[in-house]
Amino acid sequence: MTDTTTQPRQIADRLTSPLHDAVYSWPTLLLFVAVGLFVLNTFASPYFLSPWALSDATFNFTEKAIIAFAMALLIISGEIDLSVAAIIALSSTMMGLALQFGVDTPTLVLIGSLTGVACGAFNGLLVTGLGLPSIVVTIGTMSFFRGISFMILGDKAFNGYPPSFAYFGQGYVWWVISFEFVLFVIVALAYYVVLHRTNFGRHVFAIGNNPVAAQFSGVRVARVKFLLFCLVGLMSGIAAVLLTSRLGSTRPSIAQGWELEVITMVVLGGVAILGGSGTIQGVFVAAFVMGLISFGLGLLNVPGIVMSIFIGGLLIIVIALPILANKVRESRA
Amino acid sequence: MSEPLLRLSKITKTFPGVRALHAVDLELYPGEVTALIGENGAGKSTLVKAMTGIYQPDDGEIFFAGRKVTMPTPHAAFQLGITAIHQETVLFDELTVAENIFLGHSPKGRFNLIDWPKMNANARLLLDDIGASHIAADIRLKDVSIANKHLVAVARALSVEADVVIMDEPTAALSHKEIEDLFSLVEKLKSDGKAILFISHKFDEIYRLADRYTVFRDGEMVGNGVLADTQQSQIVEMMVGRSVEQVFPSRAVEIGPPVLNVKGFSHPTEFADIEFDLHKGEVLGFYGLVGAGRSEVMQALFGMTPSTSGTITSNGQVISPKSPADAIKAGIVYLPEERGKQGVILDLPIFQNISLPSLSQTSRNGFLRMAQEFELARNYASRLDLRAASLSQHAGTLSGGNQQKVVIAKWLAIQPNIIILDEPTKGIDIGSKAAVHTFMGELVEQGLSVIMVSSEIPEILGMSDRVVVMREGRLAEVFDNDKSLTAEALIRCAAGIGEQAA
Repeated sequence: MTDTTTQPRQIADRLTSPLHDAVYSWPTLLLFVAVGLFVLNTFASPYFLSPWALSDATFNFTEKAIIAFAMALLIISGEIDLSVAAIIALSSTMMGLALQFGVDTPTLVLIGSLTGVACGAFNGLLVTGLGLPSIVVTIGTMSFFRGISFMILGDKAFNGYPPSFAYFGQGYVWWVISFEFVLFVIVALAYYVVLHRTNFGRHVFAIGNNPVAAQFSGVRVARVKFLLFCLVGLMSGIAAVLLTSRLGSTRPSIAQGWELEVITMVVLGGVAILGGSGTIQGVFVAAFVMGLISFGLGLLNVPGIVMSIFIGGLLIIVIALPILANKVRESRA
Repeated sequence: MSEPLLRLSKITKTFPGVRALHAVDLELYPGEVTALIGENGAGKSTLVKAMTGIYQPDDGEIFFAGRKVTMPTPHAAFQLGITAIHQETVLFDELTVAENIFLGHSPKGRFNLIDWPKMNANARLLLDDIGASHIAADIRLKDVSIANKHLVAVARALSVEADVVIMDEPTAALSHKEIEDLFSLVEKLKSDGKAILFISHKFDEIYRLADRYTVFRDGEMVGNGVLADTQQSQIVEMMVGRSVEQVFPSRAVEIGPPVLNVKGFSHPTEFADIEFDLHKGEVLGFYGLVGAGRSEVMQALFGMTPSTSGTITSNGQVISPKSPADAIKAGIVYLPEERGKQGVILDLPIFQNISLPSLSQTSRNGFLRMAQEFELARNYASRLDLRAASLSQHAGTLSGGNQQKVVIAKWLAIQPNIIILDEPTKGIDIGSKAAVHTFMGELVEQGLSVIMVSSEIPEILGMSDRVVVMREGRLAEVFDNDKSLTAEALIRCAAGIGEQAA
């Protein structure tokens, strides 16, 4: 029969402290890489260390990183959105279209953001409602969204955004601290809280690890995934506001190829491409790493096409690295 | 008596936490059918896999025609002339019938390319041979009906020169007419001198076809002999064993009023007209053969299959769970049979697995509170005597029994009214089994109600207050589990055997 004399076993909450885990983590390693790149850049150009050059360098990644945080959640949940750059194009086009009717700056921002949400909701509906694989859906909507943009604009461009609109992409909050950079930090904090400190974030991890068991545990899987697609859409819309404001014009080819860089940033940040694990801290540091790489290559006058080879190579390496590490570990065991 | 063609001696196979086979023997004779009999989980399928090179036995020897052999791969078994028709056939919808039959050993012509005319002709011969002349060899498999697919699988198994044919519940998916065709095929194979191993739950089939029998229980061989000399009741007795009363904790719980009432519960394809009620403090057992629809009913109750009809009343209120989240709100939780796929999330820490459905209790305004989560997990982990080094270790690092405890802890933490356990002790070690059984007793003592789906008769008889038997998607009978309820009665009811030999 049951033995009631033995003490119930006490199981430790943790074997290692959270601080220990944080030190021996991918983001920490990445931080060293970022510092190394920083030092390399100071050698590459004597102008790099000036405050304004550093400030300029941040524009290389803030817009992409703002999308990357939401993308990180989506990838952790086991889905992906390849249409983010196309959403930027469509959002920017819609703002340009609204501009022709003389709307004011707040309305422009609203239209840009809401177009993003609508695109994200469209992706989310196709994935969760019809059960289609997100990679296929968003390859489709990638052409679809940008196609609409081309249809509206053709080879023309929208110009003449109001001066007050320029603040988002060109304004400074204080000295060299740009509005974009401040927004980047705020968004990072917000996503850190959502992913690592809320029930919603826990559901995201559960879904990414095992959607069936998550469903069986009462997690509303489809609802969470739909929301994540909307979030990625919203962040793409906001990125469209920033980018359009910075460039001061809209062309249908705007932000071409950004989806690759956003996903590279997420994966470099330690998010498992097959879902289930990752941190916002990692993506935050990865944003700096990506920014430093492209700024450094820019200082060395490396042409854009070589840059994309570099980014593509980086993506392959960071995806292959954990798999190779696993194989090494297995062969030793 | 001739020599056995295939002889297995002292085969042992262990999986982490489970001893699937323990020193079992089996002999197959040419021109004879041997029936392999045992409950679900007795080790029959494991043995078939060990005989066909899919698993490697940890210990024991296999002799083929008197010669000791090893089968490191399925291909090696194929070459020896051992072939199996599996319960769930693995075929390829997009390939033609002939391609399916000869996949892996298709006749080759010039340049080592497939000799299509020869392959189609050979397929034709094979199909005719097994009485499937109505199936064309060159159509795609997806255009073939389910029953005919099964015949294609049979043709595939016979497309190699096999001397030993294993049939693992071949009639499970077939209609009466098709079963007759299959039987005449078995007779033909027998007269061709093949040694046949026939696995079935259905006694009428076994008595009609088989010459010999071997009975397995809990991974051990408990009896064998010539079928003509053996009564059906003797075989059932061997299957079930005689230690039912000792293992299970007794309990004295006052059965209260009904807490769940299910009426006319139907699904378009899986089950129909299910009707039962569950009382406070009761353990209601659900017994039936594999495929009887028990899990489907439970998952529908839990909101996983929204396309059902019927009325569910829980504590006087009509509920219609459209998702597990709805069911959980109504106080109904479900411990799934497929622990690794549906129960635990292997790559999440133990404490996060336990707290997942209870986050609304441990959190404040949607923000996690780790201290509360750890406290909840610690509390239930110690109540279930979970064996783990820390609550932050991934659930996947635990043994099967301890993973099951994590799933149970997860459900207890939401303090449900009704807990549905689907094969709660399947594939876990004896110690964990006893812990789960003891715990079920404690649950009903605390006023919960338990539905226990199980294919293990001792568990059903040892734990249930009442037993619902399902057969082919319908409720066959509800038994009161007093002293008079026997294993034989349950097996008969589940398999639909008449009462003639009772």
